[in-house]
Amino acid sequence: MSDETVTGTHRIELDEPKCVAAGQCVMVAPEVFDQRDEDGVAVVLDETPAAELLDDVREAVAVCPAAALRLVAL
Amino acid sequence: MSDAARDPAVRDVVVVGASAGGLATAEGLRRGGFTGRITLVGAEPHLPYDRPPLSKQVLAGEWEPDRLPLRPDADIEALNLDLRLGVTATGVDPRARTVALDTGEEVGYDALVAATGVSPRRLPGGGGHVLRDLEDALALRDRLRPGRRLAVVGAGFLGAEAAAVARGLGCEVTVVEPAPVPLAHAVGAQVGQVLTQAHRERGVDLRTGVGVTQVYDGGLELADGTTVEADDVLVAVGSVPNTGWLELGGLPVADGLVCDEYCAAAPGVYGVGDVARWDNPLFGTSMRIEHRTHAGEQGLAVARNLLNPDEPRPFAPVPYFWSDQYDMKIQAYGYLRGHDEVRIVEGDPAERRFLAAYRTGDRLVGVLAIGLPPRALRPWRRHIAAGATWYDAVGDPPAGETTEPREVVSDVAPA
Repeated sequence: MSDETVTGTHRIELDEPKCVAAGQCVMVAPEVFDQRDEDGVAVVLDETPAAELLDDVREAVAVCPAAALRLVAL
Repeated sequence: MSDAARDPAVRDVVVVGASAGGLATAEGLRRGGFTGRITLVGAEPHLPYDRPPLSKQVLAGEWEPDRLPLRPDADIEALNLDLRLGVTATGVDPRARTVALDTGEEVGYDALVAATGVSPRRLPGGGGHVLRDLEDALALRDRLRPGRRLAVVGAGFLGAEAAAVARGLGCEVTVVEPAPVPLAHAVGAQVGQVLTQAHRERGVDLRTGVGVTQVYDGGLELADGTTVEADDVLVAVGSVPNTGWLELGGLPVADGLVCDEYCAAAPGVYGVGDVARWDNPLFGTSMRIEHRTHAGEQGLAVARNLLNPDEPRPFAPVPYFWSDQYDMKIQAYGYLRGHDEVRIVEGDPAERRFLAAYRTGDRLVGVLAIGLPPRALRPWRRHIAAGATWYDAVGDPPAGETTEPREVVSDVAPA
């Protein structure tokens, strides 16, 4: 991908104060999520993930124990 | 999953229990392409909401109930559910494949998912607050004011979290625990002592090794004849699975709905979350897990197996829980119960910054960490998921003797 304006069809929303640092999202979709070292709070590496990652992201949204993630269609 | 593999006979799914497990099942079914009817029955009048914050942010007055819904209304609507809230299942007929509801209705199903959770155990005679649902949390929250006296019965994770919150609000807190060391049965005596010490440092009056004989209006009467005066009492002595309606239908119940490794209890009947006991092939044992993450994972697993009965997958998760107490975040992976040995493999318990590994037989079965970054735990989780031996993971032979006494105390589960 050479054009930085190229985006996916969906955007990930993270409600950071809700995050409980369980890291379930990182386990399911390591290309898309990470955790901060200091408190384990989730970090979205790719807010508009490519289509082939969406299944994993949906799984991450589903297993998030704090309901802190949402995948919104753009 | 291919369409051909789906069971065309399944058109009607009834999910009883509208909390995290029931919701995950419904979402998993729709995500798996299921277009039939999903009836979601919930005993509480609320849309699915999050429970772990009840003993944390809600009790502390930091969050109002509007922060708790697990999904926005629009997402629930998009699932196209036949939603029955404030309705309880009273029985089931597995031969006729019908569920009886307290509305007098009988609802037919091709597949039934039991996700009815647990109820708080009470002391003989009742009395005191419990903390399981939103109303419980709001009732107790409204009582916690600076200077008020709270007595907590049970120093499990729930009681410990509530005690920590109440101290933070300026209450005088007494915790009574029948075991000599709180949580020793769950996490081992050494880790239990670390947690205990944190509460004592914060001014909690912790009385261990003594039972409670009675909850009365002004406090507690203890087995040693002493009393604890309190404005409010919280009873946090574990919970019992809501299996009465399943038992009436002749389904197998033994501390939970008894399920196989595919989470099936009978043809077309599945169990999800706190209420389900199933064979976890990763640990080679039957277990019932009351953790928040587990409910979601098992709901998704059951949805998959329900839609693909010819290719069922064993449900073999590494359980995970966390608990927040004061400035400590406690995180654990695996199945720690009944362990033979605990070893500190990183950090220093005295600093409340450490990782403890748990051995059962020759296997690494779990780890628990306080104050360590997430990436410190991840390789350990991978070891547990791979079924690693203690020797391979920890690098030392097991200790010659059991270092942790096994104690039987109240069965109190964290988030």
